[in-house]
Amino acid sequence: MSVLEQLLYSAPGQLVAEKLGLPEPEVLRRGRKLPAGAVVTAALAGSTLATDTLALLGVPIDSALRDDGAEPPAYPERIGALVIDARGLRQLVELEGLRAVLRPAMKGLEASGRVVVLADAEVEGLEANAVRQGLDGINRTVGKELRHGATSNLIYCSPSITGAELASTMSFLLEGRSAFVDGQSWTVGSPLTPPGELATRPLLDRIVVVTGSARGIGARIAGVAARDGAKVVCVDVPAAGEALAAVANRLGGTALQLDITAAEAGERIAAHVASRYGEQARIHGLVHNAGITRDKLLANTDAARWGQVIEVNLAAQLRINPVLLDGRPGGLGDDARIVSIASTSGIAGNRGQANYAASKAGVVGLVRAFAAEVAERGITVNAVAPGFIETDMTAKIPFVQREVFRRTNSLGQGGDPIDVAETIGYFLDPASAGVSGQVIRVCGQNLVGA
Amino acid sequence: MKLPRSAVIVGGNRTPFVKAGGAYAQASNLDLLTAALDGLAARFGLAGRRLDEVAGGAVLKHSADFNLTREAVLGSALDPTTPAVDLQQACGTGLETVLYVANKIALGQADSGIGAGVDSASDAPITVTDGLRRALLAANRAKTLPQRLEALARIRPHHLLPIAPQVVEPRTGLSMGEHQAATTASWGITRAAQDELALTSHQNLAAAWDAGFFDDLVTAYHGVTRDGLLRADTSAEKLAALKPVFGGAEGTMTAGNSTALTDGAAAVLLAEQSWAKANGLPALARIVDAQVAAIDHTSGDDLLLAPAHAVARLLERQGMQLGDFAFYEIHEAFAGTVLATLAAWESAQFCSDRLGLAKPLGSIERAKLNVHGSSLAAGHPFAATGGRIVASLAKTLHTEGSGARGLVSICAAGGQGVVAILEAV
Repeated sequence: MSVLEQLLYSAPGQLVAEKLGLPEPEVLRRGRKLPAGAVVTAALAGSTLATDTLALLGVPIDSALRDDGAEPPAYPERIGALVIDARGLRQLVELEGLRAVLRPAMKGLEASGRVVVLADAEVEGLEANAVRQGLDGINRTVGKELRHGATSNLIYCSPSITGAELASTMSFLLEGRSAFVDGQSWTVGSPLTPPGELATRPLLDRIVVVTGSARGIGARIAGVAARDGAKVVCVDVPAAGEALAAVANRLGGTALQLDITAAEAGERIAAHVASRYGEQARIHGLVHNAGITRDKLLANTDAARWGQVIEVNLAAQLRINPVLLDGRPGGLGDDARIVSIASTSGIAGNRGQANYAASKAGVVGLVRAFAAEVAERGITVNAVAPGFIETDMTAKIPFVQREVFRRTNSLGQGGDPIDVAETIGYFLDPASAGVSGQVIRVCGQNLVGA
Repeated sequence: MKLPRSAVIVGGNRTPFVKAGGAYAQASNLDLLTAALDGLAARFGLAGRRLDEVAGGAVLKHSADFNLTREAVLGSALDPTTPAVDLQQACGTGLETVLYVANKIALGQADSGIGAGVDSASDAPITVTDGLRRALLAANRAKTLPQRLEALARIRPHHLLPIAPQVVEPRTGLSMGEHQAATTASWGITRAAQDELALTSHQNLAAAWDAGFFDDLVTAYHGVTRDGLLRADTSAEKLAALKPVFGGAEGTMTAGNSTALTDGAAAVLLAEQSWAKANGLPALARIVDAQVAAIDHTSGDDLLLAPAHAVARLLERQGMQLGDFAFYEIHEAFAGTVLATLAAWESAQFCSDRLGLAKPLGSIERAKLNVHGSSLAAGHPFAATGGRIVASLAKTLHTEGSGARGLVSICAAGGQGVVAILEAV
């Protein structure tokens, strides 16, 4: 931390900062922890999905207050979350229902509280499509208006979805695990194979491979997988071996020193898994986290800088996936989970990062196409797109620029590597069988690429 | 003798080796050995697991490190209830620790264990003179102040000079290099032959690194990711330009064809074969047999040729020929040592007079010798060399295919030698 930065985060510095409109960032609720206050629900068109799902989670619920009278009602105590079941909404006038339940909640939510909106993924007709998209506008605005670390997210649900299929998503959204996911929307479908049971250690005895796990976000991903019960295979380049060994030993996993761009990388991952965990062992989760930056303006970017980034960040996983999917010992099992890392730089583009943006936007394209291809094997493919996360890499950004990155999101702070790791943990969960082909931004609703 | 249980090599790990006084100048034997154990634990998922025993050792050792290996275990990711033992047999230490564990496994006294070795020439103990030591001990025994002062008054200025350890044979006063220089000359080993062996060692080691051979044998340490002494770009011309360092002005031994003082640590994981399988661990090669031998260099024998004797006895016991091996690992203490050993096996006179054989042991195919480089290129942290060789050879044999045999030969100070046979599982 620079002197300037220390000053800003000191007590007198905070006083000045607040006057300048830079309030002290809220300490976010994190981990497998539900909100402290009540979870209130409102079913706007008679759907029982929200209540079914919350019942499965064992979360007690109250009815949301509605602004129907002359005076807007106020919650007597702060509520923890508002879950709006907006499935079945087809007419623009019905959007009034959202306003009516959101108005009391905007000031009634606790710090790190939650707004969750459920909507239909597929609707017919012009007005219904307008309503469907209108909900996204409301969700994004709620995310921006909420204060003190509270978030709002929207889940588009497939027509035949059940509470069991939505349960892992609802659990993730309500708990502290989704702390830095804000203003986002994604789709949860009905998988061909039924989802696994919800559990506090959903990955127990399952094998999870994390590339680039010697440090930073990768080490945290491996940490979350281990916390959730997984046997982790920590992969990184041989040059990072010392740090990699420390991570693997701390988590009780194994270390595999491997350059993922090597021609036989996939074969070597499978061989390691088969040799350490037996010929019958299969990989449950494969997290393609390894990534590099070689930033330069296009005017200064040569073929080597260009190629390296695309090779590590994208081409390597394109080569590794088919090898691990061919049924070999130590490869990916049925119902496996493949997760990649995109980036808001990929979604929005970023000055000086054409190669990186190409690779990260490419990940988004890969994930969407790949998910459809492996759906019938019960395998899901998803990506996270981190925004500004506090890592060794972002610590090298000059202070003022870094502070701007931190502040230009709805939560007024940078994310923690754990936030990216928890979102990946949600994808890895056997109960998340209905979540595939999705890209979730873990960015605190960053303005970039929104 | 065929034992009912098979000790297999599961795999190995070492730090990159670096020149003494270099990147590991601040690292102690304990630091290095702990790092080697931690890398091994990570590779095979041993964190928090109790092994039956860890055997380790160092040649240059502080008196405070009397329990070096046990302390390294306590500082590592292994379960702290894993027992440990320190062994020492000069440069044979690393191989002896492997054999110690393998023998216990074969006898049923253990199912799993680690053989390890470490040496830091950078962290070598500096001792005080005998005079100072005696005076300090007397002062310590003294009961009264005057007695204590009297004891300390016996200290003379020359007592205060520190004594650094030297690679010198106590009974001849000759350095190991000077001993080898005499051997090199008496066997007629040319400068060109020595330089060629050194060049091949560098080329082989560089190729192995480039091919990723060490990806699962070495873990980076202190920011070092490759062996520091390796000169991938060396050439016959560069080696030929070096001045002799042993054997006088007409000597043929240079810094290029002699090993340098080196820092590093190596560890080898061993297990009973079925135990390895049951515990999800690979088996690369089994330890078939081993032999230690000594010669009498005080009466003029070649100091570093004891392995030539050990191999003869080992082959006879196993009913094998020198040519029965897919790969040979002959520790390159000096290029001359390797070449003199090969010459001895080819010599009818030596094999007859010294080994009592009717005919010479014969020649080996040079293409099968030290195929991934050896000590001239990698360096030689004394007690770590055995572990380096065993793990690399076990991997090489396993890649070659089940049944492939390899011969390890390591010479040691004091006129000793340790040799062993491995066979791919």
